[in-house]
Amino acid sequence: MGVPRFWREIRYRYQLIGTKCSNCDSTFFPPRLICPNCRGAGKVEEAKLSGGGEVVTYTVVRVPPEGFEKQAPYVVGIVKLDEGPSITSQIVDCEPEDVNIGSRVRAVFRKIDEEGPAGAIHYGYKFALEQ
Amino acid sequence: MKVGITGHGAYVPRYRIKSRDIAIMWGQDPSAVEGGLGVIEKAVPGLDEDTITISVEAARYALKRAGIPPGEIGALYIGSESHPYAVKPSGTVVAAAIGAGARMTVADYEFACKAGTAGIQTSMGLVGSGSIKYGMAIGADTAQGAPGDALEYSAAGGGAAFVIGPDDENNVARIEHTVSMTTDTPDFWRRDGQPYPRHGGRFTGEPAYFKHVVETTKMMMGETGTKPSDFAYAVFHMPNKKFPERAAKTLGFESKQVEPGLVVERIGNTYSGSSLLGLCSVFDIAKPGDRIILTSYGSGAGADSFALTVQPGIEKKRRLAPLTRDLINRKKYIDYATYVKYRQKLVFAE
Amino acid sequence: MRKVAIIGVGMTDFGELWEKSLRDLTVQAGLEAIRDSGLRGEEIDALYAGCMSSGIFIQQEHIASLLADYCGLVPKSATRVEGACASGGIALRQAIMAVASGMHDVVVAGGVEKMTDILTEQTTMALACAADREWEAFQGVTFPGLYAMMARRHMHEYGTTEEQLSLVAVKNHENGAKNPHAQYRRPVTLEQVMNSSLIADPIRLLHCSPISDGAAAVVVCSKEKAKQARSEPVWVIGSGQASDTIALHDRKAITTMNATVVAAREALRMAGITQKDVDLVEVHDCFTIAEILAIEDLGFFEKGKGGPATQEGLTALNSQISVNPSGGLKSKGHPVGATGIAQVVEVVQQLRGQAGARQVKDAEIGMAHNVGGSGGTCVTHILSR
Repeated sequence: MGVPRFWREIRYRYQLIGTKCSNCDSTFFPPRLICPNCRGAGKVEEAKLSGGGEVVTYTVVRVPPEGFEKQAPYVVGIVKLDEGPSITSQIVDCEPEDVNIGSRVRAVFRKIDEEGPAGAIHYGYKFALEQ
Repeated sequence: MKVGITGHGAYVPRYRIKSRDIAIMWGQDPSAVEGGLGVIEKAVPGLDEDTITISVEAARYALKRAGIPPGEIGALYIGSESHPYAVKPSGTVVAAAIGAGARMTVADYEFACKAGTAGIQTSMGLVGSGSIKYGMAIGADTAQGAPGDALEYSAAGGGAAFVIGPDDENNVARIEHTVSMTTDTPDFWRRDGQPYPRHGGRFTGEPAYFKHVVETTKMMMGETGTKPSDFAYAVFHMPNKKFPERAAKTLGFESKQVEPGLVVERIGNTYSGSSLLGLCSVFDIAKPGDRIILTSYGSGAGADSFALTVQPGIEKKRRLAPLTRDLINRKKYIDYATYVKYRQKLVFAE
Repeated sequence: MRKVAIIGVGMTDFGELWEKSLRDLTVQAGLEAIRDSGLRGEEIDALYAGCMSSGIFIQQEHIASLLADYCGLVPKSATRVEGACASGGIALRQAIMAVASGMHDVVVAGGVEKMTDILTEQTTMALACAADREWEAFQGVTFPGLYAMMARRHMHEYGTTEEQLSLVAVKNHENGAKNPHAQYRRPVTLEQVMNSSLIADPIRLLHCSPISDGAAAVVVCSKEKAKQARSEPVWVIGSGQASDTIALHDRKAITTMNATVVAAREALRMAGITQKDVDLVEVHDCFTIAEILAIEDLGFFEKGKGGPATQEGLTALNSQISVNPSGGLKSKGHPVGATGIAQVVEVVQQLRGQAGARQVKDAEIGMAHNVGGSGGTCVTHILSR
């Protein structure tokens, strides 16, 4: 991922900032310019999310894509955030057996990947099971 | 103007490896190793953790306790000897992650294990002079021990963050005074590009650690007109358990003053995080009015000493973020093979 | 709109075709289709080619020009169509619309993918481009991972079992064993499937369609031109296409592909028929769970009953509804851009009675269902004798 592409999303990834449409009261993450419900009639503003959520579904990736070889096997899930939107993320700090549909999770700040030993390091959100 | 710690935060990764499992690997006597260093197990960062991610977690907890808007942080310093980039500050990533504003100053610090306390001193100066309202000082490391070297038993990952602000009884503690000692003493170093540090063996004791820690602590007591019994707690830099215990004894502190801060036994030496995590551990139990003396040590060499008085604010703030002992007790054991994989001591095909 | 016929079909073998380049594959399939049609090459007015990721697989874009050139079709109009794994199906719909509108009389719709010139990890990364790169792939999720999450949720909501997921593969291999073009032409047992290695829990190796090279092409034409056809023309009686959110996490329901529901509704309404009238359907079984979702979302079985229906044999060859008589993506292979066209090649051959050992008896109406990504695109066609 090129430098500008990652850089322009830093705030949203690091702080879990999405958008909210004040017209229909829906919250979106990642941020959207247009509310898919209201389209032109929508009023979209930034909204910081709390980081709390629930596991909707998950899997254990055992055949990783390029760049994630050292991490496999790892748990990836869809987390429904408390504010409404669902996002895809790794679920960490636990054994795969501990993850269930419905488990409560909380956002943590981790390394996502790096472009080799000399390349840029990408940081972002992952989710840890609430104890 | 007097300044204080408005909020503190600690972070320890969840993985642990026992000294005895490392000892067995290298054909050493496990009991002798445990007994010699006093380190039972150490904290190991996961593959997706580094000094920056550790700093972010600690900083977020510190902000929770401080209860201030991140935009009011005017300076942020991370002291570490394992910054992920040799050039590109860790501090800017952490500042972005905690939602700090653009109007602030940031620089990364290195002074072996006392880079974090150096950041505290700088923040004290900026806050105390009225240049900024709040500063954030972080000491964090994912220290590397060379395979088979003595340091492999203790080199660990972890960190602590402190919001430094104007003196206030709602703070966690007031910083009464700070004093430092600095000499050119080459006891431990790492050349640029090298993966592991080198050290002077027994030279790291008397002429290095003990000389600086003991003399600086004496200077602190001299300049503040105090004696060991005036303090409820004494926290020293912890390369292992023996060094701080011996320094404390030499200075006239009792083990009950030193015990609560001796986190090294269960998490190892977190380098720039070491004495700061010891301080956070003391904050788990300290009461308003308690006086604390802390002396960090950085190879190269130097020591920063602080005298603190706990404020009434600690009672409300203590539980706004995880207690240090809960972080220490949250653990999953890994074996040497997993440790080597996580610490990237394997040569991967790139 | 004019009536549209398909009068010629052709496809290469699907598999790891080391000796054949993207151009070789396309020319082979195209030549076969035009010869099968009874028309001459000069009578082709336009070409639509589906190809998902030539840019990543072989660093080649501008496929339209490349293929028109190597197929000897210049200076006719050529368009490359991309909709991830639905590229082929979308190319066909474009060809149909071109003829139905009267813009052209004879249009070739083809699909091709050359996936084996790079390493598997790079292929996995290329396929992940069909997902949301920034917010799904960036986090380390793979395509098997996305479908695995659908599978787990489907198991949680409807009690679908791993055995039912595995029986889809068993059935499709049984069919594929009778398909001379298939990548895998041998049956597999339930034990083999359930013991194959885990890719992304609960999806196992033998639940996944393979990485394949291949091309397929069909000749689409007007009723007038169909009079010149060598074989009985097959008529396009329904076509539907729909979109959905690119990311799985933004779907209204993780266990329903709404794009399939909408596209199917449109195609069936256009054809003036219901599911009961369909004799066979080629569905997009990139992973076995995808076939279970497809037969539910196309309306052949109630939501949640896809697993039991498979287990009871209701989707086997010449059962209640023959699903994937070709062997599906699982056994036949899945050269991404070619799949949508290859499905239609099968339907046409079935309706003509040319399917040999795979023949669906008295096949009158057949359907093809092609999906892009994790369901962001769906295109479906209904053909009739």
